Order: sequence, then structure tokens, then C-alpha cells
Amino acid sequence: MIEIKDLHKSYKMGSNSLHVLKGINFSVEEGELVAIMGSSGSGKSTLLNILGMLDEADEGEYVLDGIPIKNLNETKAANYRNKFLGFIFQSFNLINYKTALENVALPLYYQKLPRKQRQEKALQYLEQVGLKEWSHHLPSELSGGQKQRVAIARAMVAEPKVLLADELTGALDSTTSYEVMELIQKINDQGNTILVVTHEPDIAQMCKRIVHLKDGVIVKDEKVKQVRAKAHV
Amino acid sequence: MFDLERWQEIFDTIRKNKLRTFLTGVSVASGIFILVILLGFGQGMQNGISYEFEQDATTIVEVWPGVTTKEYKGLNPGRRIQLRNENYETVNSLFGEEVEYKSPLIFVRNVNVNYGKEALVYGVRGVSYDYQFIDNAKLHEGRFLNYQDIAGTGKVALIGKKIKEDVFKDLDTPIGEHINISGVLFKIIGVFDEREQREEERIYIPVTTAQKVFNGADYINNISYTLPKVENFDEAVAQAVLFKDNLRSYLQQAHTVAPDDTSAIQVWSALEEAKRYFSLINNIKFFFWFVGICTIIAGVVGVSNIMLIVVKERTREIGIRKALGAKPWSIILMILHEAIFVTAISGFAGLIFSMGILEIVGPYIEVDYVVNPSVNFNVALATVFVLIVAGTIAGFFPAWRAAHIHTIDALRDE
Repeated sequence: MIEIKDLHKSYKMGSNSLHVLKGINFSVEEGELVAIMGSSGSGKSTLLNILGMLDEADEGEYVLDGIPIKNLNETKAANYRNKFLGFIFQSFNLINYKTALENVALPLYYQKLPRKQRQEKALQYLEQVGLKEWSHHLPSELSGGQKQRVAIARAMVAEPKVLLADELTGALDSTTSYEVMELIQKINDQGNTILVVTHEPDIAQMCKRIVHLKDGVIVKDEKVKQVRAKAHV
Repeated sequence: MFDLERWQEIFDTIRKNKLRTFLTGVSVASGIFILVILLGFGQGMQNGISYEFEQDATTIVEVWPGVTTKEYKGLNPGRRIQLRNENYETVNSLFGEEVEYKSPLIFVRNVNVNYGKEALVYGVRGVSYDYQFIDNAKLHEGRFLNYQDIAGTGKVALIGKKIKEDVFKDLDTPIGEHINISGVLFKIIGVFDEREQREEERIYIPVTTAQKVFNGADYINNISYTLPKVENFDEAVAQAVLFKDNLRSYLQQAHTVAPDDTSAIQVWSALEEAKRYFSLINNIKFFFWFVGICTIIAGVVGVSNIMLIVVKERTREIGIRKALGAKPWSIILMILHEAIFVTAISGFAGLIFSMGILEIVGPYIEVDYVVNPSVNFNVALATVFVLIVAGTIAGFFPAWRAAHIHTIDALRDE
């Protein structure tokens, strides 16, 4: 599903440049649940941004489901993001004046789906995350866990090839974190490919594979025995 | 523009951001409102001044004699000048083709006017048959003086409507009644109507009769002329000035008056006065336009400011939308579409509101020199469009910038 070869990225900070990614090689198969771990500054968020086409690599290859991702202009990147990728953020990033349903339906608006179809589909995904009866609430009326579940529904609604989650439990307490992870595992069980960036070992253990990043290189890439989140809830 | 989905998206946004929309709207609507009201009053002042000048024929030129102030050809200053029939006739033969109406005027003094036993205290004036047109009097009933009355020194009189109402109120009509002016009976032949009541308190008799019965000579007090109407105002003024100068220099020669002695022969032209007023109005209108345009500029700045704040406030939202697959242009169009929609609606609201006020209140305004303030609808409409275009341009740049910020930076924006 994802092929990455010799990826480099550096940021210019004034006169000196900061080499963040120093040759990353890895691939993800369909249906995998991968955790990317590392301390802050290890380059894990940068990697996720490049994977999410929110940022571009200086060097290296990135192939998503057989499509080489390079020389993107904004419009093309927007198209790919819309079709191929679903984002889940630490701070949820819901639009605060839109209801849960409208937030979930938003990616479909950019796919130019008719309004009625958008709402049906959004409602269906809200049901999947267990928030059907909250569909007409604003984000401010939802708890943190509920917000993140709305965000997950929004990431799923366009049926992307890959879900990218950036510290998705970072703003949640541990019980809620496990609930959210249970949902992620359930979605993964349905065959979806998911990448989770985290620095929490317990969250990483709930994935099927852990990639350890340190100072811009992969230091360890291991398959783990998945801890089911349900046991902790 | 006709993308129904985007309209729905925009209505959602507007509905959920009422304060922001309201503030933008108020700044646009008040700009238009102030402009329209100002322009309306500019027009009202012009109407008012035009109205004041319409009372007498605007091309009127009057001449009256005074006292010489300069020695000339051995004649002492302080000499009183007296106009005579001869002067009037010579002017007619010299400049007759240049004038439209002409009439001498005599103030008949030291007479007693009686109707039956009632004494009337109204001014009596001897005039020619053209005078009604010079004075812009309207015939209320009966007839004006005619050529026969003048040529035959008819003992006929024309009275103002006010006199009819005051003295002849018991009669159906005063026409055919006789008034006694210092022992001579004059038959009333007509009643005239003026815009100002003061001018209706006058009795007009033929100038020839006045000279023969009360004056005993060929003296006249005053001569009035009107010039033919010319479409172009500046030409009309030039014509009036030329006529005035010719008239004065002829009369100065005829009465042996120094050419630079302005008080001996006084000539007054309504057009010259009008020109001063109209240039004053033009200045006032210019000032109103200036203030109005400044108001519009302030409105544009206000709209741009709000657009900047709106875009700043929505940076994170824009980042989210971009992460979800919004293309840069769809972001720009979304912001502009909303801006145009809000400015257009509030601009037209301000326009309709202010024009409504002018329409309803305007006709009832009774202030000197302000009559029926109104505004040219097309001008007002154009300003609304200017504001919309300016708001669009002002909104475009922040929108463009926002659409091209790095998505990550936008998402980090707090």
C-alpha cells in the first residue's frame, strides 16, 4: 500500500538547516495497523505530514497504492488527500460552527456528492462510531472522546486507502484513549490500513507493528502481538 | 455563482456566524445610507435654489436710475437721473431684437385708492402689457392688460388674488367692479396669482394712463426686460451680461453719466445672481460628493478590515478544509462568495432604506433652500456596485493568502 524509499527532509531555520528525516525506507501492506514511535524531535510528525501530502520530501520516493506521489501542486495534492487519505488529529480539528453530522459530511462535499447522499453516508459512519444520536450537536457540546470519534468518522467517510492518525489519544485520558483505540482496532479488523503516530507505548502495543524512529532514522521495525483495547476498557 | 452546494455552504456559514455577518453588513449599509442621504440633500438644495429663482423669469434684467457720484463733462455729481419714455423707446429700437418681453414701470405715489367707502392701502404700478410675463404672474380670472389698454390709455386695473380675497370676498368676482384712484374710476379686468402673497398686494394699471393721469409727464421709474431663453446656462449668462452692458452704456450716454459711475444707472440681471448661486450649489454638491466618497472609502476599508479578520479567524478552518481535500480555489471562492453576498445584500438594504426615507420624508421637508431632496437611482446603484467590487478586491488578497498557507501551519494556528 505504501512504499517509501530513501526519504530525506530538512527544514531551514534561519541560516542553518535542520535535517529531520535522514533516509527513511519502509513499506506498509494493506490492512496493517502500524504505530510510528519516537520521542519528540525524532521526525515522526514530519514523516506523517509527508505521507499525508501536507508536506513534501526533499528527496526519495513515495508510492501510494501504486501511484507515485511527486511534484504535487496544491490542487493535485488536495485531490489525492480527498480520495486516498483520512486524517485524525490530536486536537480533533473539527469545525466548531458545524454539527457532528456536517463535520463528517465535509470531505464528501469536496467530492461533489449531492447533499442528501452526503448526509446519509455521514450518518452511517457516525452510527459506526456510536454517535448517531449526537449527530446534530456542535463539537462544543461533545466530550473529548466523542469529538475524536467524530473525527474518526470524518476520516473514514470518504473511504480512504490509508488512515493517518497523529497522536490521536494525546488529548484524551487513558480510559477514553482505550475506547478510541478499540474503535481504531475495529476499523482495522474490517481491513483498513492505519498509521498511528504516538509516543505512548501502551497505545503502540495495541497496533500490529511498531516502527521506532530516532533522530530521523528507523532504529527498529518489529511486529508485535496486538493488545486488544477491549480488555482495558 | 450558480453552484447550489456552495450557496448552501455559505448560508450555513452566515447563519452560524451572525455577528460577523451583521458587522460587515452594517458597515456597508451605513456607508451607502450616508452617501444617499448626502447626495439627496445636495439635490434638495439645488431644487430649493432653482425654486426660489423660478418665481420671476430667470432671464430678467432690470434697470433703475440713481444719483451720479462723479463729475462728468462739466456736470456736478449728486445729480438725480430720471428715465423717460424716450429712453425706453430708444432701447427698443436699438436692442429690441435681443429681448423677449419689455415693460416700463411706474410707482404711482401719493394717491388714495378706494372701493366704495373702503380705503385700500395697496401699491399702484403702471406697467405695459408685457409685464405679466416678466413678473411670472399667473392669470387667476379675467384678462391681463393688452395693447389696446396701453395705446388707448384705458382706465382699467389688474389686482392680485390677495386683494380679491381681502376686499371683494363678498362678491363672486371682482371683475367689472370699479375702484377709485384719487378720483379716477378704474374698472377691474383681471385677477392675477403669484407664488408669494406679498406680490399679490399690488394693483397694475396701464403705464400710459398712469403717466397721463397721475404723473403729468413722460417719467418712468424702472424698465424691466427678459431675454429669450437659451439652453446653455453659460451662454445665457453671457447674453445677459452683454445686454446689461449695452443697456448701461446707452443710458449713460443718453444721460451724460461717467462710464465708470455705476450708481447713476443701476442694472441688475437675475442670471448673474443665479450664476453665483449655482456655483455655490456646485461647490456644495462637490463637498457632499467628497464627503460621500470618503464615506464609501471608509466603508471599503471597513469591509476589507472585516475580511482580513474573517480570514484570520478562519485560518484553522481553512487548514482543516484543505486537509479534507479542498482545493485552493474552492477556498478563495468560498470566502469571496460570502463577501460578495453579504456586501450586496446589505448594500442594497442601505440603498432601499435611504431611498425610502428620501421618498417618504423628502416631499414634507419645508426648509428654505431645500426642496424635495432626492437622489438619482442610477448613481446610488453604481455606488453599491463600487462597494461590492471594492469589497471583493479587498477580500481577495487575504483569501488568496489563506488558501495558499501551508496546511500544517494553518492547522497549528490557534
